[in-house]
Amino acid sequence: MRFLLDEEQREFARSLDSMLTASDTPAAARAWAAGESAPGRALWSRLAEAGVFALAVPERHDGLGPLPVELAVAFTELGRHAVPGPLVETVAAAALLDRLDDAAATAWLPQIASGKAVVSLCVPAAGSPYALDPDAADAVLVVEGDTVRRAETAGPVQPSADPARRLARPLGGAVLAQGPAVTAATAHATEVAALATAAQSLGLGRALLDRTVRYVKQRTQFGVAIGSFQAVKHRLADTLLALEFAEPLLHSAALALAEGAGHSAAEVAAAKVTAGEAAHAAARTALQLHGAVGYTEELDLALWIRKARPLRDAWGTPAACRARVLAS
Amino acid sequence: MDLDFTAAEDAFRAEARAWLTAHVPDVPLPSLETEEGFAAHREWERTLSADRWSVVSWPEEYGGRGASILRWLIFEEEYYAAGAPGRVSQNGINLLAPTLFEHGTDEQRARILPSMASGEVIWAQAWSEPESGSDLASLRSTAERTDGGWLLHGQKTWSSRAAFADRAFGLFRSGRDDTNTAKPHQGLTYLMFPLDADGVTVRPIGRLDGKPAFAELFLDDVFVPDEDVIGAPGQGWRVAMSTAGNERGLTLRSPGRFTAAAERLTALWRETADPSDTALRDRVADAVIAARAYRLSAYAGASRLAAGGSIGAESSLNKVFWSELDIALHETALDLLGPYGELADAAEDAPAHGGWAEGHTFSLAGPIYAGTNEIQRDIIAERLLGLPKGRR
Repeated sequence: MRFLLDEEQREFARSLDSMLTASDTPAAARAWAAGESAPGRALWSRLAEAGVFALAVPERHDGLGPLPVELAVAFTELGRHAVPGPLVETVAAAALLDRLDDAAATAWLPQIASGKAVVSLCVPAAGSPYALDPDAADAVLVVEGDTVRRAETAGPVQPSADPARRLARPLGGAVLAQGPAVTAATAHATEVAALATAAQSLGLGRALLDRTVRYVKQRTQFGVAIGSFQAVKHRLADTLLALEFAEPLLHSAALALAEGAGHSAAEVAAAKVTAGEAAHAAARTALQLHGAVGYTEELDLALWIRKARPLRDAWGTPAACRARVLAS
Repeated sequence: MDLDFTAAEDAFRAEARAWLTAHVPDVPLPSLETEEGFAAHREWERTLSADRWSVVSWPEEYGGRGASILRWLIFEEEYYAAGAPGRVSQNGINLLAPTLFEHGTDEQRARILPSMASGEVIWAQAWSEPESGSDLASLRSTAERTDGGWLLHGQKTWSSRAAFADRAFGLFRSGRDDTNTAKPHQGLTYLMFPLDADGVTVRPIGRLDGKPAFAELFLDDVFVPDEDVIGAPGQGWRVAMSTAGNERGLTLRSPGRFTAAAERLTALWRETADPSDTALRDRVADAVIAARAYRLSAYAGASRLAAGGSIGAESSLNKVFWSELDIALHETALDLLGPYGELADAAEDAPAHGGWAEGHTFSLAGPIYAGTNEIQRDIIAERLLGLPKGRR
């Protein structure tokens, strides 16, 4: 047993972290929220060059995957930097197409791997009737029952609590695939989506904690740094605690998916609810400890705070995840 | 990255399971916090030790198997899954022994460890004093130099197991009294002493559950020979902190305990719960998930140690996590039991699932002992997050 990321995986995380640090992701997220997708698409291309999307695409379709552990590592960094776009949906769509392995797979998977195709995925039975960012996507796949269709268009954008998440109902479109294979492939794809969302939440929570720790060290009240107060320290200690114990669940779930283990659904659900709740609590703590300035739109912190709650609920609400853990 | 066990580790697990199946008493032993139960648990330690299962991670020369941390985790999983008795020797094994391995002499190890492994000598801890709890370094009991050793004076309290134990270990002020200076950690010495020595008075204290599980110790000119000092005189704080690190780390509460409790809780839920009660279901799920997280985190910690890393202030994360998990597991079980939840384990009508009521009361002590969770959160904030020290 060596239940630790290896040096290559850690280096992958570090290189994504530095690339994204240098990329002004807050500006891309703000533009994305305003409906300007160009900076986000440029970022998308750089992520593709770094191999992020290829992790969800098999070698026969020009990818490197499927590599769930590396995918979890990558999405932790995407969450840490609040990268906008249907990142989760694109890799979940790749997992779906890979399992179907038909003409659509041949058409789309190489495009996903190279970053040329941004794909959104909507599975109403998995919780939400909305597709994320369909207006910026090259394709929107919708799964209903045992049918996958490619939506022709999408309804008007429904503003989200996180403005960088642009939600709309996919409309119309032609059938891409149908049959029992779709059901099995969708179950797998939603697990990949939940895993990637859990990883995003973990990274988001870590970023919120880091920023808040920096802030309470420099913010002075009553003549001392507020980070010296026990009430502040203990909240941050609890934030770290929740994130630290979410991480092994995430990595174990990724391993279960990599092995195709029968218990992967329960493991992914455990990771999803734990990371989602930890990031949500981290957002509450970040807001509270920043005080009024944290409650402003202009501080970049808002980009992270507003994402925490939607990620907690996307691709498996806490209640659905808890039920799944006990269903096994 | 993997979570796989080797064939040798699987064989070790199978060997432990077979031994436990053959030896774990069918009827639970009386509570180890009673005189009768203490004796029964001492006997159980002898049984464990006869087949070298009492201290699997120790070197073979002291009665262990030289097991890796991972194998120790495996043993503990099997131990609690088998419903084996509580460990009456745990203060010695988890607190004193690591200190002896790190700071003791060969003579001390050879003299003390084998009788600890067999349960022949049961150790109690003597840290807290009436005026020194979380602020342990303010302690006032003294060790005064005398011919060939030291004379102990003072009072210790909340001394776990001291009501029935044989010997104790703790910290004493041997140098100038620095309690009112900025350096209270200086001048402390780590000593061991017999609880039946001249000058020792043991006054058992009833715990919240009514059992005399800890005691007050009054020390009046208790002689301790030089051979029973661990480390250098005056260096006791540094010596003791290595123990505290162990106590708060993996060894005090192994994941196996909570994995087994989560399994029992799930079984109880499947048997008794109203399926439409999703609030209770969610709490069962959270406890199951947290027990799993703690187990996986221990595997990660064991992997880190095997790769040459160390566990320092991270052990404070563990302490807070398992103590809160333990309460959550028991609170949820009591809620599932409804009106039977309040029945003491000794009650004739007590649920056959057993142990939840007593376990619940004991779990409430978790956030207090081994360093309160408030102190642990301070450590997490200051050492892991780098926040400035404050006035508490």
